[in-house]
Amino acid sequence: MEQILEIPKAEKRLNGDAVANPKTTVVTGSQAVLDALVCEKVETIFGYPGGAIMPIYDALYDYSDRLTHILVRHEQGATHAAQGYARASGRVGVVFATSGPGATNLVTGLADAQIDSTPMVCITGQVFAHLLGTDAFQEIDVINITTPVTKWNYQVTDAREIPQVLAKAFFIARSGRSGPVLVDISKNAQLQTFDYEGYTPCQHIRSYRPKPIVRKEYIEQAAVLINRAERPFVLFGQGVILGNAEEEFRQFIEKTGIPAAWTILGAGAMPTDHPLNVGMLGMHGNYGPNVLTNQCDVLIAIGMRFDDRVTGRLDKYAKQAKVIHLDIDPAEIDKNVKADVPVWGDCKETLPMLTALVSPKKHEAWLAKFREHDAQEQAAVIENELRPTCDTLTMGEVVNLLNELTGGDAIIVTDVGQHQMVACRYAWFNQTRSTITSGGLGTMGFGLPAAIGAKFGKPDRTVIGIIGDGGIQMTIQELGVIQQYGVGVKIVILNNQFLGMVRQWQELFHERRYSFTDMVSPDFVKVADAYGIPGQRVSERAFLKNALQTMLDTPGGHLLEVMVGKENNVFPMVPQGCGVAEIRLK
Amino acid sequence: MKQEFTITVYTENQVGLLVRIATMFSRRKINIESLNTSPSEVDGIHRFNILVDETEEVVRKVARQIEKQVDVLKVYFSTNEEIIWQELALYKVPTDEIAEKVKVERLLREHGARAVVIRKDYTVFETTGHREETDGLLHALEPYGLIEFVRSARVAIIKGSRGFHEKIREFEEMQPSSEAAENEFLNEGEKVFSM
Repeated sequence: MEQILEIPKAEKRLNGDAVANPKTTVVTGSQAVLDALVCEKVETIFGYPGGAIMPIYDALYDYSDRLTHILVRHEQGATHAAQGYARASGRVGVVFATSGPGATNLVTGLADAQIDSTPMVCITGQVFAHLLGTDAFQEIDVINITTPVTKWNYQVTDAREIPQVLAKAFFIARSGRSGPVLVDISKNAQLQTFDYEGYTPCQHIRSYRPKPIVRKEYIEQAAVLINRAERPFVLFGQGVILGNAEEEFRQFIEKTGIPAAWTILGAGAMPTDHPLNVGMLGMHGNYGPNVLTNQCDVLIAIGMRFDDRVTGRLDKYAKQAKVIHLDIDPAEIDKNVKADVPVWGDCKETLPMLTALVSPKKHEAWLAKFREHDAQEQAAVIENELRPTCDTLTMGEVVNLLNELTGGDAIIVTDVGQHQMVACRYAWFNQTRSTITSGGLGTMGFGLPAAIGAKFGKPDRTVIGIIGDGGIQMTIQELGVIQQYGVGVKIVILNNQFLGMVRQWQELFHERRYSFTDMVSPDFVKVADAYGIPGQRVSERAFLKNALQTMLDTPGGHLLEVMVGKENNVFPMVPQGCGVAEIRLK
Repeated sequence: MKQEFTITVYTENQVGLLVRIATMFSRRKINIESLNTSPSEVDGIHRFNILVDETEEVVRKVARQIEKQVDVLKVYFSTNEEIIWQELALYKVPTDEIAEKVKVERLLREHGARAVVIRKDYTVFETTGHREETDGLLHALEPYGLIEFVRSARVAIIKGSRGFHEKIREFEEMQPSSEAAENEFLNEGEKVFSM
């Protein structure tokens, strides 16, 4: 596909010597950047201007009919908003930032997107090329700083490179195992005019193989193992969502009748109420999935990477099982858990191949074991968390009421900490791309900007950001975005007046030495009010449901602060250094 | 068990790629014993030779993490038995010392060395070989006022390799064949799985 868009304010040809090529237009580097975004069907950019990116912002002024720019309050907010946007919509998130501090402020968001495979293209301004390496004002070596936290990065110093480099950037960000890409463009390249031949999307890079060829023999071996298995167990992660393979996954699971448990990034790839969905994996996951990991005979991991928060101690992890690992990234196979059958490929392709070879089965007795463990967990943990009899509110009952009021149709965005584990454990998801959380990096401050981004990505869906009193204060300035653009995002602050997850560890593993985890917070409702955002605080059970209903019914943004028990813990828990079967219910 | 592995990386010629590859080692706190970049047998394709002392398991994981970088075409890792390798060393010594006290001819013969420069004030010798060989001449010259010594990185040829000419054509296809998509692990299925 080749197209030449009408370029606003096209510069006059500077030298009359060359014969005008009818196929080219003379444009600036900045215009080429924006034309590339339009051709890549980008609609929303999250960004913050500054000296070294001013030419792009100047050109953006003329593109405001085709590109929406959201002015964040800090560049970190731009990256998390772009992540929320990408994860909710399945599209590439786009970020603009200036050089120097603008660029360094992107690092946390890039790292988060890298470890959670979120497609994102960040464009940073850079000082004039002739100043590179001279410690110029707001010069920073952003390429070297971001190398470990990007899938790919590139510095442009000549405008003629811009169309190909951006085409490459979008292709790399969204293909294969998706991830963040950064393109740094020096100011001279933004200003430079050149003969533009139009934008051609990139479809192939010879040194890059996004989709490996599926090896049939491994599909066959996997099918043999699955067909012979008596206690097979599926673990699924975000790979199913990133591969748009939810339907292929459902068919595989329903044909084989295998119980399936999810990582927190995989939540929602299968509806919460599906009879074969047995719950959440990992340190604060459900009891059955953890304990029975060490009783299954075949473990089928689909689009997940055996994070240490999922596996606990590796030498006590599923040693009895044959492991089948489906992943698009060959570097994930054998990285943490040795695979007996490595199924390297896109699960959108491998799952249907596997489904065709497996025999229809039901594993009633094995499923009953999950239900038995679930009953134990219900009695020991869940009942008290969701329907407590104590005076103080629990995080779980807030999430439970939200489920009731939204029916499981909302997008739940979380920050990091106790509330994150509670939200992921108890929230209902009827459809995919409904949970957005910082999984691998565990970035506090992720929640508010990510929720804002998610609302831009899916304006028709209810977006609820569930955030702790600690995390909200790391990026609280983004309330300004809600105010300025009237973003209809619902913020629930679960305030336990502590950095709760650290406090929980201090209680359990550091003899209750609460070293610097008690936190005094501002009046969040007043803060919201200062930003023109309606809000209220609730600390009594009698008012909770109404307050949540009011929040959902209020048009536009709303902030609800819920005061919850100060020293509640999240259980079950696999203590660090223990095997998954050593999970504690209290 | 840790041992020497020579990692051969075929890459595009791209600014910044050296750092991207180096971080794969530094993030795991692996010391790079020697590193060489040079053109390869294929025009426009660069070749890194990286020497590390590590276990095979870790080297395999690092190799895969390098290979998935966008500008990297292919990574191989080899034990010392699987490669032909050489290092080059230069030695600068005072000419009068060496002329008076050493039987230079025998020295050169024994160490397979040659004199690159002979001046009134100093002489530069050169030798190539394995570490023990370049070290041998170093020890022999140390008593005679060695002024400067430098040794190059290891360069290595893989005994079993058929080169990269055919491979690069595969990579250039829109749908790379299984040859291009080969994986040392995935191609040895019978070794990792048996029913």
